[in-house]
Amino acid sequence: MKPSPFDYHAPRELGEALEVLAGTAPHGKVLAGGQSLIPMLNMRLAAPSHLVDINRVAELDALSVETGGVRVGALARHAAVERSPAVAAVQPLLPAALRLVAHPVIRNRGTVVGSLVHADPSAELPAVLAVLGGTVRLARHGAPERDVPAEAFFTGPLESAIEPDELAVSAFFPAPPPRTGTAFQEVARRHGDYAMAGAAAVVTLDEDLRIASARVACVSAGPVPVVLDLSEVCARRPAASADWEAVAAAVRDGVDPDDDIHATARYRRHLTGVLAERALRVAAAEAERVADGRAAVRMSEGVDDGVNHGANGAGEDSE
Amino acid sequence: MTTKLFGERVQRREDPRLITGQGRYLDDLGQDALAAAFVRSPHAHARIRDIDVSAAVDVEGLVAVYTWEDLPERVRDPLPLLIPHPALTHGRTAYPLARDIVRHVGEPVVMVVARDRYLAEDAASLITVDYELLKPVVGVEEAAQGVHLVHEDVPGNVGAHMIQEVPSAAGLGAREAIDAAPHTLAFRLDIERSASMPLEGRGVYARWDADDRSLRVYSSTQTSTSVRMAVAAKLGLPLPSVEVIAPDVGGGFGVKIVHPWPEEVLVPWAAMLLGREVKWTEDRREHFVSSAHERGQVQHVRVGFDDEGRVLGLDVTILHDHGAYTPYGIIVPIITSTQLLGPYRIGAYRVEFSSIYTNTVQVTPYRGAGRPQATFCMERTMDKIAAHLGKDRAAVREANFIHPDEFPYDQGLIFQDGRPLIYDSGDYPESLRVLKGLIGWDGFAEQKERAAAEGRRIGIGLGCYVEGTGVGPYEGGHVQVTSDGRVHVSTGLTSQGQGHETVFAQIAATELGVPLDRVSVVTGDTRRFGYAVGTFASRAAVMSGNAIALACRKVREKALGIAADALEADPRDLTIEDGEVRVAGNPGASIPLATVAVLSNPLRYAFDEEAKRATQFSGAASMDRPPVAEGEEPGLEGRDYYSPVRSTFASGMHAAIVETDPETAEIRILRYAVVHDCGRLINPMIVEGQIHGGVAQGVGGALYERMAYDEHGQLLNASFMDFLMPYATEVPLIETAHLETPSPLNPLGIKGAGEAGVIPVSAVIASAIEDAEGIAVDRMPISPSELHDLRSRAGS
Amino acid sequence: MSETTGERRYAISLTVNGTVREATVPARRLLSDCLRHELGLTGTHVGCEHGVCGCCTVLLDGEPVRSCLTFAVTVDGREITTVEGLAGPGGELSPVQRAFTECHALQCGFCTPGFLCTVTALLRDNPAPTEDEVLEGISGNLCRCTGYQNIVKAVHRAAELTAEAEGGAA
Repeated sequence: MKPSPFDYHAPRELGEALEVLAGTAPHGKVLAGGQSLIPMLNMRLAAPSHLVDINRVAELDALSVETGGVRVGALARHAAVERSPAVAAVQPLLPAALRLVAHPVIRNRGTVVGSLVHADPSAELPAVLAVLGGTVRLARHGAPERDVPAEAFFTGPLESAIEPDELAVSAFFPAPPPRTGTAFQEVARRHGDYAMAGAAAVVTLDEDLRIASARVACVSAGPVPVVLDLSEVCARRPAASADWEAVAAAVRDGVDPDDDIHATARYRRHLTGVLAERALRVAAAEAERVADGRAAVRMSEGVDDGVNHGANGAGEDSE
Repeated sequence: MTTKLFGERVQRREDPRLITGQGRYLDDLGQDALAAAFVRSPHAHARIRDIDVSAAVDVEGLVAVYTWEDLPERVRDPLPLLIPHPALTHGRTAYPLARDIVRHVGEPVVMVVARDRYLAEDAASLITVDYELLKPVVGVEEAAQGVHLVHEDVPGNVGAHMIQEVPSAAGLGAREAIDAAPHTLAFRLDIERSASMPLEGRGVYARWDADDRSLRVYSSTQTSTSVRMAVAAKLGLPLPSVEVIAPDVGGGFGVKIVHPWPEEVLVPWAAMLLGREVKWTEDRREHFVSSAHERGQVQHVRVGFDDEGRVLGLDVTILHDHGAYTPYGIIVPIITSTQLLGPYRIGAYRVEFSSIYTNTVQVTPYRGAGRPQATFCMERTMDKIAAHLGKDRAAVREANFIHPDEFPYDQGLIFQDGRPLIYDSGDYPESLRVLKGLIGWDGFAEQKERAAAEGRRIGIGLGCYVEGTGVGPYEGGHVQVTSDGRVHVSTGLTSQGQGHETVFAQIAATELGVPLDRVSVVTGDTRRFGYAVGTFASRAAVMSGNAIALACRKVREKALGIAADALEADPRDLTIEDGEVRVAGNPGASIPLATVAVLSNPLRYAFDEEAKRATQFSGAASMDRPPVAEGEEPGLEGRDYYSPVRSTFASGMHAAIVETDPETAEIRILRYAVVHDCGRLINPMIVEGQIHGGVAQGVGGALYERMAYDEHGQLLNASFMDFLMPYATEVPLIETAHLETPSPLNPLGIKGAGEAGVIPVSAVIASAIEDAEGIAVDRMPISPSELHDLRSRAGS
Repeated sequence: MSETTGERRYAISLTVNGTVREATVPARRLLSDCLRHELGLTGTHVGCEHGVCGCCTVLLDGEPVRSCLTFAVTVDGREITTVEGLAGPGGELSPVQRAFTECHALQCGFCTPGFLCTVTALLRDNPAPTEDEVLEGISGNLCRCTGYQNIVKAVHRAAELTAEAEGGAA
């Protein structure tokens, strides 16, 4: 299990990285954290002739709270994002989901953007981006950057809208509106494994604390994260009197999981309903707590200089 | 015994090197050796039409490419059938490199040798093999129908068929006894495949010395002595010209007892041919598809019993999936069929197994070696009897136990060593009593009710087993006290983490009365000890432990004789304490063992100050007899062997409390309790470690691990991502209690402990899930998805 | 070793266990192989080469990472600690190493270097972890021998030993 040979490129500037990518496409592959890519290289399931190592492009190692959300640079490691208090304050769903990504040692190296580009429908982060309606920013040599919304970004299992000469430079996770709670629930075979089923949930209450909006993104439930808007089923009722059974049933109707060696499609469908309901209930409770004012999130502050945690977050290899 | 080390929680002597990165595992050796890699079959069943290596020839660093056609006589022959048995009428083994036909995904077809492993894999990837696909035979029941054949000359895919029958005291056969019984049940049980899966794979490194025509082979093996004999035979070398060493081995659990593996023949052969050091280090993917698996069986059971739950007749028919080859014979199904009876006195027993070929990786023993399947069968039977009669599950077991006054107890069967299955000792009722106390068996019903009131489902289960340990034929030990007072112990069997260096040192230090730090132990090195069988069947402590104790006793006797002369005392008045021979009751009169060692070897030449004492002008020797008396040998050393008349039988009982999530069907083990009896304990810390590890593997086999083959014979989960070995987060805390019923069969009174932990776990977990859910659990492992499926079918 | 191949080689410099080490490697050389075979530090073990077992875990600038999922060339100039570097300058065992032997937290020893590195970083960041934090902290390392119970015990014991040492020094 040794990788095939490849030409190695280690650009130091974004422009240089894009040039190399343009020059090597479609035979190049971007190396960020490498926690999904290198196993495939070691097994020779992938054998790109060029590897473009972006770890020395310092400007990609950024993590910042912007107006309306969190922007995660291409080199921000899972661990750095997971441990950032500023991120947790603005978008708690992100650290909640990150705690479920593989194991701590993998999170020291793996990157959030890399996980999105890998586009595994069983992974947590694509579901988070999808349920929040986030975007991925793609850059290409000689062209303006483009922001691709989650629903257009994930195109199939392990497939995304990124072109071979493009680099995902960052992802944007929007902050929740007021009176909103989020939650992530999943069941994996072993702790840290890809989930057999799971759901990222976002619930927003109206001023009377009735459910105004309820969305879930389900993992391992289809070729891409399956986003379901359950607001209608929740029928503007308070969480305590919502028809959760109907919600779970709607989720089961809305997903289309596959069989694999770990679980049948039937079980996954059932489990997705259970977990989506649980996630929505937790999110609704969280929304009530937030609306209560006990944990007001002020988003207007906090932008700025300080919040680039990348360089001292988890010892990632910005240089 | 003067120094109390036997029975103590002595810290391990292996650890200092292993925690500082100074261990020497196979791939740590031979840094300059050439690397081997293999082209392996991507198909489960195919005929090789052509092999084209031309594209690989240009790879830089390529040294050699070999196919079966390139192999010389003997090397090219099929690998040996290690354990022939009359019932194995159609034993088949593989060629070291495939000849014409491949019979499982992963079978080696071409060997590549290159400067390093990267380059060897580059070359291997450029070799093209043209295959004509044949119908793969997958699934033991499909294979047993015999429509398509794995081996053209094995009708029905049946490698072996065997029946053993023990009539009742009244002379009834099992089937008659069942038919005549007040109650009968019939059911089917399934156990899926798992594998030993040591974290270090296999590996071989060979050095050929062309100057003196000798070969040194290092192998990550459980039997270096037998690899040596196999390699010498295959390569046509005199046995004294071949040495085989098992260095530090990163776990074995059974898979490394098989030998010679293709690579153990090919790597030394290539090293000789090329005149270069060659090494092969198995990677994880290779280990999944080219080593060995175990466990897969389908069992059909009929049982007849009385109103108390006593088994009057038991009739078990087993289909055993043997994979593509049978190099290790039919040991696994023999053990299943004979150890099935556990701690019970059964009225009449009939067992029949068929060992079936399939186009999958070969099946050879994995820790437990057929016993987990046996225990699953017997313990599921006990639970079903209890359910049928509405009786307490523990009470039904108790009604069937062999009692302490019935030993030795003859089960009337022939065991895996060809000898009668006679239990030597045990106390099963006491084990059960301790276990029930430990887990809180009697109070559980209330606990379950309280949980139910909170909407939680919990269940309790138990399982009992008896394990034949310490099978023969023999092991030996050599003990030498050198003139510096150090004690050098060697034995031929190998170590894979069991702590042999520690426990054998404890035995030697205790027997010889020396401090532990003066004792060093070498295992698995044929340069030090050439006669051995190997490490398997929970036998190392029983076999080598007793052999070393006997060798120490010889040394002790000799030392006392020499010291008696020197001290002018009666040997019967002497003791050895703290490395000194002392005269009892005379504190001034003593002589260090080191000096005794000097005196034991009459010298002409003094090579140091101490040695002067043994030279001919030192005045120490009696002039009335020769320096080395008749029947004596120079040196303070001894060698002895332990060869038991039959196996010794350890036993144990486990219980668990599990919780199942009513919605998600997740299964969590809340508590796990073990009562274990392996006779006298040499080192309780190490025994507990063995139990913990065994239970963890059992949890893997009960809830997580399976080998998922598709209908084409492709292994779908050949990685640690999808073959789900438990992490720390999946293994419960294990509460352990020991009984010590000494074995009357050996001088130390010990029984084996290595495999025990794994044996009853699937049975226990199934029992507990069944209790929580009220649904029969007849197939293991069980996943949440499968539990959900069972619930759906049960309509709950 | 393969100057004759067409494959380009890179001169890299790593600070391993406090010593600057130079190596010349092809871009595809895994850090695990570089440590073991180029630098002769065979204490770092390779159990799966797809990042699951954790045997190859080393500390990269103090953080535990999988050396089998890292190309050596990508960590040129960085600091690496392997199991060989965990003991003190005089060879005195670290609290984690002492606790592992005291608690019988290893059997075959193959996974042990990865656990030792992982636990060293875990306790540095969290000197008194709870049971759940210990389980989470070691959850990415496989052990096939011990059943983990004594490893968990050793992590708590190492925390105690560290606290004692610091208490004694204060």
